[in-house]
Amino acid sequence: MGKYWNMPASLAYVGVLGFVLVGSLWLEIVLRTHVIARWPRLVLVMVLVIWPFLIWDAYAISQGHWFFDTSRILGIYLPGDVPLDELLFFLVIPLASILTLEAVRSVKGWPVGDGADQGPVEGEQP
Amino acid sequence: MTYTQIAVVAVIVTVLADLFLFRTKLVTKKVFWVSYAIIFFFQLITNGMFTGFGIVQYDGDAIIGSSSPAEGAPPFLGDGRISFAPAEDLMFGFSLVLLSLCLWVLFGRWGLSRRPTAGPPLWRTVRKGR
Repeated sequence: MGKYWNMPASLAYVGVLGFVLVGSLWLEIVLRTHVIARWPRLVLVMVLVIWPFLIWDAYAISQGHWFFDTSRILGIYLPGDVPLDELLFFLVIPLASILTLEAVRSVKGWPVGDGADQGPVEGEQP
Repeated sequence: MTYTQIAVVAVIVTVLADLFLFRTKLVTKKVFWVSYAIIFFFQLITNGMFTGFGIVQYDGDAIIGSSSPAEGAPPFLGDGRISFAPAEDLMFGFSLVLLSLCLWVLFGRWGLSRRPTAGPPLWRTVRKGR
């Protein structure tokens, strides 16, 4: 993929993650999602959520369930032969997901159940 | 276990955790399903890039469909694939997204960074001249 955009091919995987970030980070400003603003909570989610998926990834790689085009990843590996790109995936996708949830909440005001819901939903108020 | 089997188990375990372990009950909430619909659309695009360009490839013994071809892209639709990616990837993604959102809600309930809450969208305040 990289060669088409005159970009090193090894950045192909992280390039896709860049697409995800570009597609979601603007929500923090335009929809005032306040996810980055609540970074301690975000960091704790990230620190915990990566583990089951890193373990799954390492097992799947060891069994050959999936494998990577080594010319299209960074070439840095974690224990279990998990590419660094995969760890970045397990950080970026939770961030984009939380941004999406909070963006929907910003517009619709629907209850999430985290102790900070805003009372009646817009349109339900007398 | 195959990728198919692990993916099904992951979805079941995550949904059970949402309902009974964390009691976040996101799968019963409108806000989750609308968010997931948006995420699902973009997931098809990113999955398509990862697999259509062959960045990630799969062993046919581990998935419903057959192995990723050595040359060129796998089928866009069919042979167990949706947007080039194995259907299992959608289950993998669902469990990653649901677990992330469960933890986010859980830590909010525990009082960690509960505020500032989301919103209002920029356009609602710009119009008022704030």
